Amino acid sequence: MRPFLYDRAASADGAPAALALPKDAARIQGRLPAEYLAGGTTLLDLMKLDVMQPGRLVDITPLERREGAIAVSDRGLRLGALAKMSAAADHPEIVRSYPVLAQSLTLAASAQLRNMATLGGNVLQRTRCNYFRDTAWTACNKRSPGSGCAAQGGVNRQHAVLGTSADCIATYPGDFAQALMALDASVEIAGATGPRTIPFASLHRPPGSTPDRETTLAPGDLITALLVPAAPWTRRSLYLKIRDRQSYEFALASAAVALDLQDGVVRQARIALGGVATTPWRARDAEASLVGRPVTPETAAEAGRIAFAGAQPRQHNAYKVALGRNTVARALLQAATLEG
Amino acid sequence: MADATTTPAKTLATIPAGLPATAPALPPGMGQPVPRYDARAKVTGSAVYAADVALPDVAYAYLVTSAIAKGRIRSFDLREARALPGVLDILTHDTIGDAIRPVKFFTEGGPASNSVVPLGSPEIAYAGQTIAVVLADSYEVARDAAHRVVVDYAVEPPSATFGSPGAVDQELATQNKRHDDPKVGDFAAAYAAAPVTVDAAYATPAQHHNPIELFATQCSWNGAQLTVHEPSQNVYGIRAGLAAQLGIAPSQIRVLSPFVGGAFGSKGGLTQRTAIVAVAARKLGRPVKLVPTREQGFTVATFRAETKHRVRLGATRDGKLQALSHDGFEVTSRPDPYAVAGTDASTRMYACPNIASNVAIVRADRSTPGFMRAPAETPYFFALESAMDELAVALAMDPVELRRVNDTAREPIKGLPYTSRNLMPCFDRAAEAFGWSKRDARPGSMRDGDWLVGWGCATSAYPTQMAAAAARVSLFPDGTARVETAGHEIGNGLYTVLAQTAAERLGLPVGQVSVLLGDTDLPPAPVAGGSISTASVCSVVAQACDAIRARLAEGGAPPTDVVAALKERGMGSVQEYAEWAPHGAPKGALGLLYQGKAQPTGGAKLQDRIQFAFGAQFVEVRVHALTREIRVPRIVGAFASGRIMNTRTARSQYMGGMIWGIGSALHEETEIDPRAARYVNANLADYLVPVNADVVDVEVIMVPEEDTLVNPLGIKGIGEIGIVGTSAAIANAVYHATGQRLRDLPLRIDTLVTGA
Ligand SMILES: Cc1cc2nc3c(=O)[nH]c(=O)nc-3n(C[C@H](O)[C@H](O)[C@H](O)COP(=O)(O)OP(=O)(O)OC[C@H]3O[C@@H](n4cnc5c(N)ncnc54)[C@H](O)[C@@H]3O)c2cc1C
Ligand code: SF4
Repeated sequence: MRPFLYDRAASADGAPAALALPKDAARIQGRLPAEYLAGGTTLLDLMKLDVMQPGRLVDITPLERREGAIAVSDRGLRLGALAKMSAAADHPEIVRSYPVLAQSLTLAASAQLRNMATLGGNVLQRTRCNYFRDTAWTACNKRSPGSGCAAQGGVNRQHAVLGTSADCIATYPGDFAQALMALDASVEIAGATGPRTIPFASLHRPPGSTPDRETTLAPGDLITALLVPAAPWTRRSLYLKIRDRQSYEFALASAAVALDLQDGVVRQARIALGGVATTPWRARDAEASLVGRPVTPETAAEAGRIAFAGAQPRQHNAYKVALGRNTVARALLQAATLEG
Repeated sequence: MADATTTPAKTLATIPAGLPATAPALPPGMGQPVPRYDARAKVTGSAVYAADVALPDVAYAYLVTSAIAKGRIRSFDLREARALPGVLDILTHDTIGDAIRPVKFFTEGGPASNSVVPLGSPEIAYAGQTIAVVLADSYEVARDAAHRVVVDYAVEPPSATFGSPGAVDQELATQNKRHDDPKVGDFAAAYAAAPVTVDAAYATPAQHHNPIELFATQCSWNGAQLTVHEPSQNVYGIRAGLAAQLGIAPSQIRVLSPFVGGAFGSKGGLTQRTAIVAVAARKLGRPVKLVPTREQGFTVATFRAETKHRVRLGATRDGKLQALSHDGFEVTSRPDPYAVAGTDASTRMYACPNIASNVAIVRADRSTPGFMRAPAETPYFFALESAMDELAVALAMDPVELRRVNDTAREPIKGLPYTSRNLMPCFDRAAEAFGWSKRDARPGSMRDGDWLVGWGCATSAYPTQMAAAAARVSLFPDGTARVETAGHEIGNGLYTVLAQTAAERLGLPVGQVSVLLGDTDLPPAPVAGGSISTASVCSVVAQACDAIRARLAEGGAPPTDVVAALKERGMGSVQEYAEWAPHGAPKGALGLLYQGKAQPTGGAKLQDRIQFAFGAQFVEVRVHALTREIRVPRIVGAFASGRIMNTRTARSQYMGGMIWGIGSALHEETEIDPRAARYVNANLADYLVPVNADVVDVEVIMVPEEDTLVNPLGIKGIGEIGIVGTSAAIANAVYHATGQRLRDLPLRIDTLVTGA
């Protein structure tokens, strides 16, 4: 870890401090590489590994009182970006009416991490690609653009089969983002030029030829909230996470599903995939295949097949195609048995 | 911080409070479940581990390790690192000179677990090799500077593992004079003639111990005297090896290790770090503290190397083995011929007239592997006991009955008698507790909803070994006694069982006995490895206690109340020093002990008999019908390991072994990049071990066993046997659940979900 400047964002008891952005937010990225510090469970980890070397940290945890609230209304949820993972996971209304959100958080990381980490930091967590995290590997396009990709031809059991590019096959590791994708969430952002809201689905960028650019956020942009609209399918929703051990592991494959059923027939289906793709991944064709049909072992299996139609496995991760298909099928079958 | 060596004595008073008012009645040979002597100190955080010792004016060391596995260092650019305020020095092969002398690998009679000389040359032997050490006023500055060290390497393509270009295959017998492949009869002819045969190949991965306590070392010099704080399973061994490396007398070094936060073999050997820290402290003229990172631990210490196996079994239709062959292949480093050669045990488990075996090693550009819980038996019994299950399937015979048909009172190679062998009582007790009789043998037949249920079992065994040991016991007129020996508390409960031994022999309440361990100022004890500690050290402590009683007897009958006798005779205190060597120990065993070279003897190494502990493990697995993840809701293990000193600490040992077996079967694998021979998942998020949620119901059954041949107290080792059969039992259960035979560890979704 290299020395860095440390600032605290306008403290919660201070003046409303227009959007509570640090005064020089606009200048943050350009001059000194700088990062917001929330729970630090991704950022400080990568700094200790010397993977990230920001010259300056702006600690945004003082904003928790303002930007950490969870609000429930008829229209949906407003999840403050500084809310802790555990606060959202244990929120009774989220547990009852948006189970996929609660489960994606409960099944993530460990209790200690969930008490530390924030929702905003969570959706921006970075890949667990071991070639990215170990600086002894010189080839990593995400860490040093243009250097190559050591994971291709290396050990890539945990890597993605969907959304990969010739330059990067790193998996987006988080769980919560899949639930947000499935529920058509959006992201509230305080930018240098003022607030704006974008669909959550447009927050992450596919790796393409610039895997170092992971999101569409502009320098200095602060996520202030995640907005989840109420919808007929949120109650009949779940998060299924498959991994080698029962707890405390990133997904090998996961599925966030939500179903709107009428008389056993699908009106709307929502499927998002984790552990298998380079970004939080929505399986829209698979969703469409279910509309107007009941969820049966056959239709569920077909949805799984469609979801992985474009999969591109590498040497050690071909199993993710079969596993991913079955994960989708199992999640759909299980969700169909839930109360709407 | 308090003087580390006095801490255990202070916690002594907690023992009586934890004892039940009336001792429970236990079956013969079962010792009282006395709470751990050091439990309170550990759970309250007052136990002082090596890295906790606060040395005045300490400087911090941070390792720079090699990014490449083979080649040489052309040059270092240290300018940016040196320029950081707080950096004191940077040691490299250029600057350290010949301060550290070469010492031999342990199979060649030396002390080293890795014979590459620390910072000895610009040559790179493996990825993760220590190539420089930054010394600074703070840990943070040392780490920052280490990241700024620029290394220019001349890279050569390395060989990563089995089958890599450039890896060299050798017969073990040509590399290690002590190895001899067990064989008897005519395997080839008997195998060809056998009506039922199994021929299968198995593989186990590289694994790392990852004890929670990291591989810390602190060194401080006082004139010519060096004190080393390092978690160790062998303080006399470390002292002797370090003295040879530094060219000083062992008496100039004191090694302290009163508590060890997990070891499992990884803290038994002399690693490169100790000499480096000692030299750094001498150079700076102040104490130096090194706490390598978790990732660095993967190459600072040793590991369990990957193995491959071919097992062939031939049997009559009623299941009697006629032919058994076990070929083992093991990865080791270029310089050192480390091998575990589990055929010593795997060829001796069952009655069989025709046996062949062979062990070959493969040299690759890796660090030298080393001991890890049941080093030989864990991989070799995975192969043997999987093959036995395959044979049971081929015979359509119950796997427990197959073991019964082939049970034997003599080992088959030389026909030597077992001192005791209660394998089948273990199978019967465990089978009953498990409910084995309700098993439907057809694969996939025991489905529960979406989950496929499978039941499997396997034999566990571990050689009963011991080594020479010395101890001093003192009795004081206030009714207390003190035991002193440089044995090692690695979670094995040695403090507790030694207090129990002395209390029993002297007729004192256990709370009156204090125990000092882990210090080279105390009489020597052997390495805490090979499950030898309790048998070896309790034996010598019992002997010293008996000597005290004999002294107090003054030629008459030994007194029943030793304290009264002591007072009666007007003595201030009695102190007895004892030395003990086990049956079959080499001549001069005690001299070797003082040199830190006491070798365990026993197991299958004796001329006149064979001594092993046995066990049987039964496992239930559940495999999801769609997504195919494997879960283990239930394990039952029954073990017969001679006299059990303390049923509480013994239960933990057995249970810990079985839990590790779950990890070894399903989770643990050190991934190696095939191009770079570098570990890829060297952290605890990606190197998986079981978490609480993976461990549901683990039942331990201790089968009473009397064996007075192994040693006068009748103790066999129990530290390692618990892990031995677990992975095969799990693989056998997975076969029963799914009909898929997985022959490579870890057993994973990858294979089950693709049907490969
Ligand atoms: C051992 C381990 C296991 C884990 N397992 C899982 C798992 O199973 N599933 C899972 O989903 N996650 C897992 N995680 C990841 C964990 O959930 C994330 O590290 C955590 O959610 C990040 O939140 P944080 O508040 O600590 O973010 P930080 O580390 O503080 O920040 C992360 C990044 O986001 C930026 N940032 C933070 N907040 C904002 C904001 N409001 N606006 C703009 N930028 C912001 C920071 O600048 C930084 O770049 C695991 C982590 C660890 C260490
Ligand atoms: S997959 Fe992406 S993150 Fe991993 S090494 Fe390749 S470029 Fe780097």
